[in-house]
Amino acid sequence: MTDPKSGPAAVDPSQWSCPAPTGAVDAIQVAHGGGGRMSQRLTESVFLPAFRNPALEALHDGAVLSLPPGRVAFTTDSYVIHPIFFPGGDIGSLAVHGTVNDLAMCGARPLHLSAGFIIEEGLPIADLKRIVASMARAAEQAGVTVVTGDTKVVDRGKGDQIFINTAGIGVVPEGIEISPSRARPGDLVLVSGEIAVHGIAILSVRQGLQFETEMVSDSASLHELVGAALDVAGTHLHVLRDPTRGGVASALNEIAASAGVSIELEERSIPVNETVQGACELLGFDPLYVANEGKCLAIVAPSHANAVLEAWRRHPLGRAAAIIGQVREEPRGRLVLHTRIGARRIVDMLSGEQLPRIC
Amino acid sequence: MRFVDEYRDGEAVRRAAAAIASVQTRPWTLMEICGGQTHSILKFGLDQLLPDQLTLVHGPGCPVCVTPLELIDQAVEIAARREVIFTSFGDMLRVPGSSKSLLQVKAEGGDVRVVYSPLDAVKLAEENPMRQVVFFAVGFETTAPANAMAVWRAHELGLANFTILCSHVLVPPAIDAILGAPDCRIQGFLAAGHVCTVEGTGDYEPLARKYHVPIVVTGFEPVDLMTGILMCVEALEKGEAKVGNAYKRSAHATGNPAARALVRRMFKTCDRAWRGIGVIPLSGLELRDEFKAFDAARRFDSSRIRTVEPKECIAGEILLGHKRPSQCPAFGSQCTPEHPLGAPMVSAEGACAAYHAYRRTA
Amino acid sequence: MCLGVPGKVVAITRHEVGMQMGRVQFGGIQKEVCLSFLPEIQVGEYVIVHAGFAISQIDEEEAAKTFEILRQMGDLDDAVR
Repeated sequence: MTDPKSGPAAVDPSQWSCPAPTGAVDAIQVAHGGGGRMSQRLTESVFLPAFRNPALEALHDGAVLSLPPGRVAFTTDSYVIHPIFFPGGDIGSLAVHGTVNDLAMCGARPLHLSAGFIIEEGLPIADLKRIVASMARAAEQAGVTVVTGDTKVVDRGKGDQIFINTAGIGVVPEGIEISPSRARPGDLVLVSGEIAVHGIAILSVRQGLQFETEMVSDSASLHELVGAALDVAGTHLHVLRDPTRGGVASALNEIAASAGVSIELEERSIPVNETVQGACELLGFDPLYVANEGKCLAIVAPSHANAVLEAWRRHPLGRAAAIIGQVREEPRGRLVLHTRIGARRIVDMLSGEQLPRIC
Repeated sequence: MRFVDEYRDGEAVRRAAAAIASVQTRPWTLMEICGGQTHSILKFGLDQLLPDQLTLVHGPGCPVCVTPLELIDQAVEIAARREVIFTSFGDMLRVPGSSKSLLQVKAEGGDVRVVYSPLDAVKLAEENPMRQVVFFAVGFETTAPANAMAVWRAHELGLANFTILCSHVLVPPAIDAILGAPDCRIQGFLAAGHVCTVEGTGDYEPLARKYHVPIVVTGFEPVDLMTGILMCVEALEKGEAKVGNAYKRSAHATGNPAARALVRRMFKTCDRAWRGIGVIPLSGLELRDEFKAFDAARRFDSSRIRTVEPKECIAGEILLGHKRPSQCPAFGSQCTPEHPLGAPMVSAEGACAAYHAYRRTA
Repeated sequence: MCLGVPGKVVAITRHEVGMQMGRVQFGGIQKEVCLSFLPEIQVGEYVIVHAGFAISQIDEEEAAKTFEILRQMGDLDDAVR
């Protein structure tokens, strides 16, 4: 619209509906998801250079792979985190680490990933490149390849910048049996390090709840920790779980319910760093319910628990590993906390997310 | 963390528990007034360490639980308006109104945001001059200074787009109502440490005298709660009805003069309805006339709201300590944290929520 | 009501529109807090913070007294046994 007093109106070519392609673009457009020339250009300029591998470069509808012998582990997860960039990672690295970890928690050696992107129109291509580069680095660290993928674009306002789905394949060696149902009374519960770091790091950047100290997410691939534990414990390693959404409390509740056992945690033994403690006290959060993205829980036969503990502590990601509890018979299906003042209480499943409170 | 960890020391707690057991010769029933204290007791399992003949009743010290249904409905109505950014402490988001909670309004597209401090809401108003920012000012005397400062700041900045929906409640009138009820079994009170930090202890002297009941200002950590209980039991054993202070590191008899002054500058007392209990005279705060422009109830017309209380919810009896949550027929069945019928099941401090989370079997 | 958290005043930062602001350390994090209700507060002192406001200065002497009383109780206990 022109203001009659100010002279000719400013011209904004991005609002034109002329069908001629505009050449170089710096933001994602709907056409990028359309399967045509712009999609192709996007794949060639962003995805292929990052995820260099023969399967992907074949650019087939699907990747055909040869797998080593063993049972196949298969998992999928979608990532919708906001903000998409945070201290210690981004939605891309999270998407790789998260799916690698789900495979590792099955006792599998992670091998290949798919990556599906749903991008909101208008996302700067520079942001996409940054996310994809981050995924490539994470994949390389974890020793996996991204062998197939897909890109769709939704209209502005119909997506939250970017969503990513990663599915993963791995192979479980013969003789390894990791499953919640294997938890036995007497088993010991271990955690690979300090809890609640990721959730608090995310809160520290979200609007309205800012802290003056930067907190860095613990997002990381755990396949090496898992490998180290399997090496020393073999079939005495009964359960593995990465306590993501809902924290340690939710993960252990699920395991207790699934195995029909009770798990009792020793409050004094649970590693919580000062930064997380300060943030949780301030917001009224219980660290047991806050998400982790680079921590592993293991339930191990008592004969081999110390071996796993030592193996983890030798690894950079496991320096603060600790034995935090024990599996019991009763109360069946429940998680119990032996509090630091010597009483016992139930640690229930959370309903909804924790919200900062003043009460 | 200093001044936190040492008050959670198991040895100190055990010593205090032993002292209580050795001093107590008869059954006593105490009420802890503050939801934060209830939460702490159940989270650490403190009541398991107390002698059997000591009964702790959980009082209505949860501003979330006592906020009247009409006000929740008003909040829901305002929050749904397109021009409004509705801000609130996290506690209030899940409380069910007659038809929905603020969290549901958010899910349906309302701009509902959790803030840690009312100053965050004022900042939002500064940054969004084209929107109306409303802050849900809920709380006891502890939070009144913060809300007073927020309105003061908005006033000084000349903000035309900031209002508060006020549901402030005061503790001493509630204690008066509880102790004045005919079937009251409460023999001693643990007063709220942070309410007294702000207001001081002056209001409690007349109550202690009138009802011949010891009132002890108590903190929130396990050691604080134990020493408060110990002081209260000692007073009961001696037949003394005084105001004691077991939280001297924070609360003083005169409170915080600067905070009290600002609260009185911005607010005046008024009658207030407590959900489940009814109207307690002069138990609330409202903005003074010269600051009424910052009152959301005045700026937004909510006269068309119809409020409907769920029949099954016995929140009033729970809040007054007449019944335990486990005695409510709907507890754990129709009324759970996932689909709460009333506020005490929603709030982290609510007796029902705390029971459900920590002690479902009891 | 009343989640009040103890923290150490590490900086008094600015005065603006009638508000004295500062930074308070809670364990490993720092947060901006309004110090207006404690006009005499100094850096290095401990406060209780609620909803972004410091509402009291922690009296360290009184804090120590609580533990002294408990310690004495413990000694008494030991002596009696």
